[in-house]
Amino acid sequence: MSTILIIEQVLNGLQSGVMLFLMAAGLTLIFGVMGLINLAHGSLYMVGAFAAAAVAGLTGSFVLALIAALAAAALAGAVIETLVIRRLYDSDHLDQVLATFALILIFSEGTRWVFGSFPLFLDIPDALSGPVTLPGGIEYPLYRLALIVAGLLVGIGLWVLIERTRVGIQIRAGENDREMIAALGVDISKLYTLVFALGAALAGLAGALVGAIQSVQVGMGEPVLILAFVVIVIGGIGSIKGAFIGALLVGLTDTLVGIFLPEVLKLFMEAAPATSTGSAIASMSIYILMSLVLIWRPSGLFGARA
Amino acid sequence: MKTLIMATAAAALAAGSAVADVKVGMITTLSGGGASLGIDTRDGFMLAIEAAGRDDIEVVIEDDQRKPDIAVQLADKMIQSEKVDVLTGIVWSNLAMAVVPAATAQGLFYLSTNAAPAQLAGKGCNSNYFAISYQNDNLHEGAGAYAAKEGFKNTFIMAPNYPAGHDSLNGFKRYYEGDLAGEVFTKLGQTDYAAEIAQIRASGADSVFFFLPGGMGISFLKQYADSGVDLPVVGPAFSFDQGILQAVGEAALGVKNSSTWSKDLDNAANAAFVADFQQKYDRLPSIYAAQGFDTANLLLSAMDKADVNDDAAFAEALKSADFASVRGAFSFAANNHPVQNVYVREVIKEGDIYTNKIVGTALESHANAYVDECKM
Repeated sequence: MSTILIIEQVLNGLQSGVMLFLMAAGLTLIFGVMGLINLAHGSLYMVGAFAAAAVAGLTGSFVLALIAALAAAALAGAVIETLVIRRLYDSDHLDQVLATFALILIFSEGTRWVFGSFPLFLDIPDALSGPVTLPGGIEYPLYRLALIVAGLLVGIGLWVLIERTRVGIQIRAGENDREMIAALGVDISKLYTLVFALGAALAGLAGALVGAIQSVQVGMGEPVLILAFVVIVIGGIGSIKGAFIGALLVGLTDTLVGIFLPEVLKLFMEAAPATSTGSAIASMSIYILMSLVLIWRPSGLFGARA
Repeated sequence: MKTLIMATAAAALAAGSAVADVKVGMITTLSGGGASLGIDTRDGFMLAIEAAGRDDIEVVIEDDQRKPDIAVQLADKMIQSEKVDVLTGIVWSNLAMAVVPAATAQGLFYLSTNAAPAQLAGKGCNSNYFAISYQNDNLHEGAGAYAAKEGFKNTFIMAPNYPAGHDSLNGFKRYYEGDLAGEVFTKLGQTDYAAEIAQIRASGADSVFFFLPGGMGISFLKQYADSGVDLPVVGPAFSFDQGILQAVGEAALGVKNSSTWSKDLDNAANAAFVADFQQKYDRLPSIYAAQGFDTANLLLSAMDKADVNDDAAFAEALKSADFASVRGAFSFAANNHPVQNVYVREVIKEGDIYTNKIVGTALESHANAYVDECKM
């Protein structure tokens, strides 16, 4: 097991972590500010990827594709917030889960209706394709490095938005006491639509960025959604900082355990059973991580509420 | 739930046919993640039924949503209230295992258009169960034979951690002769293969074999092409199917894959099938469409020979495989699974379309490893 392999795997873990962060940030904002469990967040991820694939297919431009992904997901988010979600803020979580689950089905079959059942093609832009050699002789795909940088930039942007701007103050105030900020004259329903659209846009961006190296197909959002829920539970619900740390933890655990556990087990047992036991335990690793964090801190790493 | 009842609207009666009408229940995946496979199966099957233009066969089609419990409910409904004689269409092995044993135990015929798990080929074989597609291991065995023929000495092999994934690697190893640079089970539904690609790079392998059906294969191939690792890649046809290739794009070019069918297979039945399918549905057929088409033609050929209510005679008529397969020479082994060639295809670009062409034969007149375990 060489150092190069370990560094490469750490980079892989970081990359999947920052992409998870884009998903989890929107989810945790929406839950924190509005108290809403949005199962349809994965559908917004899918909307972003499909919009990007369609626009890239028509124009050949990856930049336009990303803009389209942001716009389409934000628009879809704003529309479902106004039409459906708005009616659910006062209902209990079960109603929210039911309604947003229905949205998943509507989005999935609607997407199939428009684009068909076959996966779409979305490729890495030429300028970012191929591997680069990092110091130490590590060959690493340039696009994945770009993903890490893009994810970190979005993270910094979000931090500035939440901590340093007027909208950010309103969002934080909304998390603490929504009646009070409504009484102070903030248009709470406009704020909710804005937060929802922002969360949706982040999911759509993640969908488009990841869609270029994965497959753009109906149902692509749901597996990511499950991981994103694990992230916000670990990080503490409602906390952007928690989502960031949680996403990196989940990304690194998922990648590193999956690769190194079978190798470690091979020291104790035969190769074939070591491989299958290792893979089986590795797929549980993030849930084990989540349980450990919850035992240690029941409200998550940065959760405000007990 | 939508029920499509498609009676073939043909005016002419098949001359001299005195046998009973046959009702077919097709359970396949028409919505959700694997819908493109079920849609191709259905379209291939119905192409043959409609071309036959007979009015003594009726097909009922239902969507299993890729869920075993739904498939079982549909099968019960079709057996009890629709009174079908023949079931067919299931794409996935786990769904087939939930439906097939119960259906054959009630005296129905099951004709598999795709799924053919080892359990149903060996100890669980049944005289009313026919796999027209292949036995699940066949394509992986073909890939192993090809790797041995090419002289690969140190292959890195990889499949998802579920029963068909384990069968796949075992099938490959059955015919592969070199050493293994690594053997990895990935998560089912995994979409990021950066970690595995780094392992391949570090392993010193001279080639890669992978079985990653559907979206998993698209993700792997795109990421592999971008990683700078350029070892030869071999896989079964599932990741190089007509419906998937366009989404993989250039990343798949030149990759070798094993298949029992290809659109350029040189026989009259296949040429006609490919042309008719394209004309009717405006896209190229996939292996699932080819298998659906063959299944329908086998059924029609048996209907000409025997009465579906006479189990023994109808089973014998099916087993004689007296139809023109789009795969060329085709017969059944003792356990009702095909004896056929496994070809090696290469991914090429024709105009704007990515597709496959045959470059060799991996295994000739190949049956399966479970014939001896089957006692009918």
